[in-house]
Amino acid sequence: MAIRKRGASFRLVVDPVRCDGYGHCHELAPELVTLDEWGYPIITANAFPGNDRELMRSAQLAVRGCPRMALVIERISAQ
Amino acid sequence: MSLHRVLTGAPRSAPATYAEHVAQFGELPRTIDITKELLASGLTGHGGAAFPTGKKVELLKNQRHGVQFVVVNAMEGEPASMKDRVLLSTNPHLVIDGAVALANTLDADQVIICVPRDRPKLAAIVQRAIDERPSRARRDARIELQTPPGRYVAGEESALVHWLNDKETLPQYRPTRPAILTIGRSATLVDNAETCAHVALIARYGAPWFRQVGTANRPGTAVVTVSGAVKPAVTEVPYGTPIIDIAKKCGVTTPPQAFLLAGFGGVWIDGAEAHRGFDDDSLRPIKATTGAGIVVALPLNACGIRETARIVRWMAGESARQCGPCAFGLPALADDLELLASGRRAEQTLSRLQSRASVIEGRGACRHPDGVVRLVRSALEVFAADVVRHANGNPCVHAQSTVVHVPATQREEELEWQ
Repeated sequence: MAIRKRGASFRLVVDPVRCDGYGHCHELAPELVTLDEWGYPIITANAFPGNDRELMRSAQLAVRGCPRMALVIERISAQ
Repeated sequence: MSLHRVLTGAPRSAPATYAEHVAQFGELPRTIDITKELLASGLTGHGGAAFPTGKKVELLKNQRHGVQFVVVNAMEGEPASMKDRVLLSTNPHLVIDGAVALANTLDADQVIICVPRDRPKLAAIVQRAIDERPSRARRDARIELQTPPGRYVAGEESALVHWLNDKETLPQYRPTRPAILTIGRSATLVDNAETCAHVALIARYGAPWFRQVGTANRPGTAVVTVSGAVKPAVTEVPYGTPIIDIAKKCGVTTPPQAFLLAGFGGVWIDGAEAHRGFDDDSLRPIKATTGAGIVVALPLNACGIRETARIVRWMAGESARQCGPCAFGLPALADDLELLASGRRAEQTLSRLQSRASVIEGRGACRHPDGVVRLVRSALEVFAADVVRHANGNPCVHAQSTVVHVPATQREEELEWQ
């Protein structure tokens, strides 16, 4: 992520229209995503710091692993 | 107390002709820009979200490529609402005037009036009104009628714009806020029909006139549909009028046990709160809003849980089935509510209902599931005594009577999106 900066935080965002409940994101990033009773993702972590390599790696895996391309990592702009 | 502004002349046997309309209100003044007046008037949208109209216009005016379309939303998919229908069949020209004033302000080329295709009479009234308007100057906006399918979510603004783009009435996912809706590539202003009627009056009489009635934060009047215990009726009242007075005006005699405000995605309030004014400031402490101007009175001999279950079942059927939490969650909520009302296995049903409600909230592309969750939560709060009784295994005494008018649920294969 070229835009990674010290202190910036990020979050995983689902496009609910695209999502078809494959559940790959939960497999790939269990620390960020849980599933509801119908198999659709619930993002548990509201935000994670950009310098947390572990979480960023998981999030990237989830984004790449989604067959519907429904996930994006969004940078939370500092207000 | 009764104050007819946008409903001036109602009830009418036939919709006002252009000549009658001009005799009543005069021609629409040829002012170019009414943004300042709209901002000063404090007019908010009457479609449910109550977004300040002036701010919306200002936001769109600052779009780089300008605005080409003004869309009048008269879809009124809300079964408990009749206001836009009544308004258009009283005086369609007032609504059109408002849209034209907005189009002039934004320098838009086209006004599109959206009426659901399952109301052909209303569409005919609007078409006749469009045809009888005097021939326009070259730089005026073209006025056009469109008839999308009349589904609940079809009236959601992004679904409406989606239909105008691609002939599909599905809500769109708009992650950025404020979202600018576009037809093709040009920014589009979408306003409720009643909002347009108010705009038409503000363009004529100005902001100070508009602020003469209503409350400081919600000036002006609202066209309210009262139903439930009485035959559905439409009335125009200043904001801040006590809810019980609005209900009485429409023939509610005995104080109801509860009111459903704002619409099917709205909130139940206890009958004891009926002294509160019908404006968002008075309703905020009890988490209610005025929404699309809907008051459903629930008489004493009805079961709030059962009525809520019927509404939620219908709302579940109206989901566009695009988002999992809505497509699967809403039928699950309806199941839980029906179980609860029947008094079987009610205790575990109640806790499951509550956890499901919080799981579903905020996870749809549009606000459809959120509205249902809001309704369910308020039902559990307002009818708490009934919930306890049901949870102890007592089915409803009033199981047979139904009060809220809920249309028949369509089967999935009958759903029409195009």
